[in-house]
Parts: sequence; structure tokens; C-alpha cells
Amino acid sequence: MKILVTAKRVTDPNASLVINDDGSWIDDDVEYILNPFCENAIECALELAEAHDAETIAIGIGEEEIQRTIRQGALARGIDRGIHVDAEEEELDSEMIAKILKAVVEREEPDVVVLGKQAVDGDSNQVSQLLAEMLGWPQATFASEVKIEGDEAIVTREVDGGLETIGVGLPAIISADLRLNDPRYASLAGIMKAKKKPLEELDLDDLELDDEEPKVRVVKLHEPAGRSAGVVVADVDELIVKLTTEARVL
Amino acid sequence: MSKILVVAEHDDGNVKKATLTTLNMARQLAEKRGASIDIAVVGSGVGGVAEALAGYGAETIHVADHADLAYPLASSWAKVIADIASAADADVIASSASTTGKDIMPRVAARLEAGMASDVVGVVDTDDGVGFRRPMWAGALLADVVIDSDVWVVTARGSAFDAAAATGGESAIDAFAAEPNLAASRTRFIRFDGTQSDRPTLDEADIVVAGGRGLKSADGFNQVVEPLADSLGAAIGASRAAVDDGFCPNDYQIGQTGKVVAPQLYFAVAISGAIQHLAGMKNSKVIVAINTRDDEPIHKIADYTLVGDAFSVIPELCEKIAAVKSGS
Repeated sequence: MKILVTAKRVTDPNASLVINDDGSWIDDDVEYILNPFCENAIECALELAEAHDAETIAIGIGEEEIQRTIRQGALARGIDRGIHVDAEEEELDSEMIAKILKAVVEREEPDVVVLGKQAVDGDSNQVSQLLAEMLGWPQATFASEVKIEGDEAIVTREVDGGLETIGVGLPAIISADLRLNDPRYASLAGIMKAKKKPLEELDLDDLELDDEEPKVRVVKLHEPAGRSAGVVVADVDELIVKLTTEARVL
Repeated sequence: MSKILVVAEHDDGNVKKATLTTLNMARQLAEKRGASIDIAVVGSGVGGVAEALAGYGAETIHVADHADLAYPLASSWAKVIADIASAADADVIASSASTTGKDIMPRVAARLEAGMASDVVGVVDTDDGVGFRRPMWAGALLADVVIDSDVWVVTARGSAFDAAAATGGESAIDAFAAEPNLAASRTRFIRFDGTQSDRPTLDEADIVVAGGRGLKSADGFNQVVEPLADSLGAAIGASRAAVDDGFCPNDYQIGQTGKVVAPQLYFAVAISGAIQHLAGMKNSKVIVAINTRDDEPIHKIADYTLVGDAFSVIPELCEKIAAVKSGS
């Protein structure tokens, strides 16, 4: 069995973001981390590989710096090898990313592709589903539990109103939610080994995608309207007074 | 002429509020584009849903009623929705950004080679024409995006739009000969474990009471949050930490990756307010934070902060709310 997993880098969600005066893209001077949902996807790939003796491959798309994310976030944790597709991150929309992944899936022919359900920068939550449709594969998104039984993945999904369990025939796309697992830390030995693991470099030309244009463009960024701190009330009585006479919500 | 196809959300034959908030977004977009609106009702035994929506100003309601569509599995629903859109010549397909919409609509976009804007909170005029405003980075920034393809797919955040009101009139109801690909989709429904509750749902409630890790256990969570929710007729929510620690079911989670709510009144009880949580509730009209300290992130956005131990404060609060409600 072969499992492909994504390693996307995102700006540190705890760092404050600065936009330019004209509403253009944020400054370059930000810290990047592995997308938290991709950490869950990588852990899922490793656990499936341990249970089913699979080869694991991590793919990262972006500028050269993404190679660090692939090595530290995926290979050091135990993923067997990496693929870096060189592309300018700002020029990519979800569809472009899905097309790149599709081209890599067609080269590698994995049985399962595990992705983070969303990236915490764009928050679009589209790539797994787009990829599934482009490949004509089934999908199990927002997974909180994954088992492979024969040629089917049995996946419990976190959905509005509760938990849904579905079966998807392999090959299939799975998108990881945060409660799927607790991602392991890279061991020192893992970090050392990761330096020597193979990391293939591809560009859009290799995948015959160099003529593609994104369909969705960010025109402008805004800071949301701020909300300021209110008052500290002395006790329950004062809170009741505020809610009934000032806020008028009771 | 431009045509917007709104995908209805329904549950046991009832129209969900998410349909009406999406319809409101569609009306705003229709006004800017000079478009008409159609509605797609997909499912099994959903004729009543179509009839319930007939007075909302849609030109045509397309009903895809088929036993294979009984459960919203992404591949087969996406095929049918895309087929309806093509047959009706719709150039915008819109649904709610519920977990169902998030699961299905990107597949619709891929089938129609459409660009897609997820989780939009507004319809805006940009220098490059009509676009959508959507949160990024857990709502730390808002982006105005435009879609350059001929066909657009959009999901609308329910809390950002009021429910559309009925306009009167009668939409034409058109039975669509759906051809779902359930067998070929290699997908089977196994079971749904629903969270049982008589309370209002998070996306439909005017008041939300949410509990956090400070409640220490499932017992603590229930002991504090339930009576307060009951005294207010509120929905119950939770921080990610409370869900991760097993205090309450997953679908209570409010935040960047859970539900996004904007009720009239939001009680954050023993919640410190990580940015991922604030992303799901900071547009609430009035926010009350009850916490043992007053220097957590939640207090920077709360209208009223009450410092105290929830276990002793909440019983008193419930009692006094009951007194207000009974007019004494």
C-alpha cells in the first residue's frame, strides 16, 4: 500500500499579521509552521502505514522554504520520502493546488491520500474535495477516526449535529480533523534520518501545469472592525442590571 | 442573464435556517448582478421542502427526489447539483457553509470548472467587479476575493446573513430527473450518531452558553452550562479544549474549525479565549465572560466580565435570571 500526505506551511496562527496600507498581501517577515491539520494528516498516514505496511510520501507545494517544512514536519516524524513541487504560493488558489496534487497522484498512484481538512491561513476547506472530484475518487472529509478494512476505509466524520460514519472504497481521499489523533513529535534520531531521506523536486512544467491560471483572486485585505473590552461588573446583580437595562438582551 | 442556484438544506423534511441565510446572500448578489434565483432541493421524499420554499421569490425550484439521494454523500449529491445547474443554465451555485455544504460544494465546483469562494460573509463591489468578502487566518483578516471563471460556486456563512423573509408569489416547481452515481461513487453510508438535545441548535439560537476547560470535567460542564442554558432557552456550545477533553460532544465546538455563531447574547463560561475560539463567536452582539481571572483574551472582547468561580456564580445567576423572566 502507498499513502500520500500533504505538508502545507502556514503563517504562525499566533503571530500578529500586518497588511500593507493598500490592502495588499501581508509582510514577508512572518514565521511559518506546518499547518496543524496536516500534522494530523501525517500522523494518520504514519499510523495507517504501521498497521498496513505502507510506503508514505509527503508532498509540499511552494517556494524552496517548503523543503524545510517537509523534512522537519513529515520526514522527521517518519514519512519515507518527500516531493517538493516548486510554485509561488501567492499565485495558487485551491483549484491549482488540487490540480498539482492530481498530477502527483497520477505519477505515484497511492491507495490513500490524506490531507489536512483546511489550511489555517486561507481557511477555504476545498482542496481535498476538489482533488477527489478531479480524480473521480470517493472522499471522507473531516475525519475523526479512520480504519482500513480490506479495500475500504471506514471513516467517522465530524459533522453538524453529530458523528457520521461512511465507508469509501480505495483509492480514496481522506481529510483530517483535529480530533483524529495526537500528532507525535519528531525524535532526535528521526530528525537526523530526515536529512538523508529522498526529497524529489518537481516544477509545474514537469507536471504540465505551467499554463494554468488561478480562478480566485484576493483583491484586497482588511482588518476586521475591532471590538473593545467592556466593563468588569462587581457581582451577579450588576450583571443582571447591565443585561436588562443597558444591553437589553434579557 | 445571470442565474443563481441556491442549494436548499433540510432535515427530516423541514427547511433549515441555513437555506434562508444563503438565500439572503443570493438576493444581495442577484441585485448586484441583475440575476434571477432558482432553488435546488435534493434528497429523498423532499416534495414538502420545495413547497415550503415556494413563496421566497425563486423563479423555479428544481426537485431532485431519488432514493439514492436519501443521505447527503458528497460524490452523488455533487453530480446531481452540477447536473441541475447545467440544465438550468445557472452561473452561480450557492449553499450554506455548513459541514454538508463544505463537503459537497467543492466537488460541484470541480465538475463545473468553477472558481469557488468559501464561507463568505458579504457580497462586495471591488475594483475588479462584484466579489465576496471572506475571513482568513481565523478571521484575523478579511479578504475581498473575485472569481475569474464563468461559473462561480459560493458557500455562505450562516451567522453573517439574516434569514431571508418570504416574498409571496409562487415559484414553479420542476421535478428534475436525477441520475445519482451512488454505486459508481464507492461511498456507502454506515450510520449517523446524532447529538440528542431539545435545546435550540447553535446556528439558530438567539442565546448561546458556552463552557470551557475551566469547568474541569464532563460533570462540571453539565452542572454549570446546562442550568444556565435552560434558564435562558439557550443553545450550548464549547471551546475546543472542552470538546477535546470529552466534556461534551464534538458538534458543540465553536471556533475556526467548529461552528461560527453570532447570537444576540453569548455567555463564555470558564473560557480563556484562544483566537481559534474567538473566530467562532466574536461577532455576537453582546458577550458576557465569566471567569476566575480577568486578563484572558476573552476579556478583551467581552462587553461584561464577571470575575468569579463559575461553580458558585452560575447558580446565583440562574436564580436571578429566573426572577427577571418571571417579572418579580
